[in-house]
Amino acid sequence: MSRYDTMFARLDQERCGAFVPFVTLGDPNLEQSLALLRMLVASGADALEVGIPFSDPVADGPVIQAASQRALAQGVRPKDCWNLLAQIRKENADIPMGLLVYANLVVRDGIDLFYQRAADAGADSVLVADVPSAEAAPFAKSARAHGICPVLIGTPNANKDRLRQIAQLCDGYVYVVTRAGVTGVDQEVHLPPEHLLAVLKEVGAPPAMLGFGISSPKQVRAALKCGAAGAISGSAVVRHIEENLDAPGVMLHEIGDFVRKMKAATSLES
Amino acid sequence: MKVNTRFGEFGGSFVPEILYPALEQLEEGFLAAREDAAFQKELDELLHTYAGRPTPLYRCRNLCAETKARIYLKREDLLHGGAHKTNQVLGQGLLTKRLGKKRIIAETGAGQHGVATALAGALFGLETRIYMGERDVERQALNVFRMELMGAEVVPVAHGSRTLKDAVNETLREWTSSYDTTHYMLGSVVGPHPFPLMVREFQRVIGREAKEQILEAEGRLPDAVIACVGGGSNAIGIFSDFVEHEKTALVGVEAAGRGLHTQEHGATIHTGEVGILHGSRSFLLQDADGQIAETHSIAAGLDYPGVGPEHAHLQTTGRATYVGATDTEALAAFQELALKEGIIPALESAHAIAHAIKRAQEATEPEVLVICLSGRGDKDMSEVRRILRGEEEI
Repeated sequence: MSRYDTMFARLDQERCGAFVPFVTLGDPNLEQSLALLRMLVASGADALEVGIPFSDPVADGPVIQAASQRALAQGVRPKDCWNLLAQIRKENADIPMGLLVYANLVVRDGIDLFYQRAADAGADSVLVADVPSAEAAPFAKSARAHGICPVLIGTPNANKDRLRQIAQLCDGYVYVVTRAGVTGVDQEVHLPPEHLLAVLKEVGAPPAMLGFGISSPKQVRAALKCGAAGAISGSAVVRHIEENLDAPGVMLHEIGDFVRKMKAATSLES
Repeated sequence: MKVNTRFGEFGGSFVPEILYPALEQLEEGFLAAREDAAFQKELDELLHTYAGRPTPLYRCRNLCAETKARIYLKREDLLHGGAHKTNQVLGQGLLTKRLGKKRIIAETGAGQHGVATALAGALFGLETRIYMGERDVERQALNVFRMELMGAEVVPVAHGSRTLKDAVNETLREWTSSYDTTHYMLGSVVGPHPFPLMVREFQRVIGREAKEQILEAEGRLPDAVIACVGGGSNAIGIFSDFVEHEKTALVGVEAAGRGLHTQEHGATIHTGEVGILHGSRSFLLQDADGQIAETHSIAAGLDYPGVGPEHAHLQTTGRATYVGATDTEALAAFQELALKEGIIPALESAHAIAHAIKRAQEATEPEVLVICLSGRGDKDMSEVRRILRGEEEI
């Protein structure tokens, strides 16, 4: 049983959905990044989703691109990211930790070595943003061999056969996007994803968490209401980093507040 | 996908899931168009009456006249638009119409592909947006003006190194939300399948003509075909019909910039390692962690950290060889061709000329060389003038 399974079982009992914040590791620097990760956990994040900074993040909008650039400008390297993750794992035995990375970082030293490092650092899942299901088989195979859940993206423009393929290659959770485009902050949750979620369920995909554009408690409620098991918020979290670069204390405080508010919106009782 | 997405171990379609259906639709449209006689007829007609094909194969009268080599230039510089880029934007433009899309987007480095895309946009009545690195917008102001004259919107990209690779990133990002209405008119044999295959097929007219022309002129195939390689579309275009003739050497010339021993070059095949960028698996200039490197070349069109996957395959199988020419060598060849033949080549094409001159000088037996003169040098006038006047270092 993966940490995601355990988390979803617990949330079921609590009559809650999951709230999962995303940050880029090493943003704005290693020390503050560790403090931020601790704050996310302390403020009620059910799981963490983290990125390893990459020079050419084609699936990301301006906010997360800038996060990558800040980390790279600080000289943050993948090995620093593994150390950060390992530290958080040491402090938190149960929280699921997912990586969101780009393919070139995965293949650089060989796919197997990457998943080995991810497992050693205590990561639970890896989503490779620029590897679609049609190319994902070797990545999923290596992930599973190392006890890592391969996570794929379920998209509104995928047909049923494609969603079935995604379901087969995906463990832990499926990352569902409800709109086209790159990561970013939106006012609304776009397409009503009920249909997509129903098909994913039918083809046997793991629980769905919605991402891309989730920035308010209202959107979290909307996502859960249409049947998602959780909501992932990236750019809206990272924006608090960007806006408070010269005030690390305020940054931590604001992000803590944001996570508490978003988590509060995950109750299915109300 | 309906056909093999790989060239040996290279290629593939490494894009976010949301874009994959758009690539499938493009592949399907391209494969159907290729079999459609009416599509081919319209394309051939445009290549002839609009773009000026066939382009001549000219035997140099003076360049390397003292050597044992006979040098032929395939004059893509005479094509409408000033470079080989026009061949494939006409193909992709017709395909855009066929797919029912109303809008095109493209990346550009020096602006040559941007200009080609803009002319296709005007010709086919498509709304056109060009992404161009902020630094390139400054360096190539005249090309920006050309694009705008033809009705294109030029969007400066302020992220990353603010050059070609960032323009590609931004075009891909836009495409993930606009693919329903918009075709990405990618400019070279790079990117995810089907682009490397499709762009090659639209560019192979260069080699098809060159082969016929050299047989007519010499009664035999050339000893070598030489072309510059950035992404590699003119090179693939002229190589493709010669690949089966193993006695003809295929030579790609990469940008050695300030020297292959420095970090400042664009010689991806020479010094790069296998990785995944912009949709395909190929050689890449990158650091130990897999972060993409910044590149340098006097020729903006060769200033790119990747290379088409088919070139990676041709190199790995040994069918083609790849050499470098430095900024200095390219500039000398640029001047030599102007002085000896009255032809001013693009700085990119001057890399191929530089290697041909070197090879001719070393020839001990008579040999026939065909060089792809991929573009004309008008776009490089102000940069070369600054360098020759000593106002700018290379």
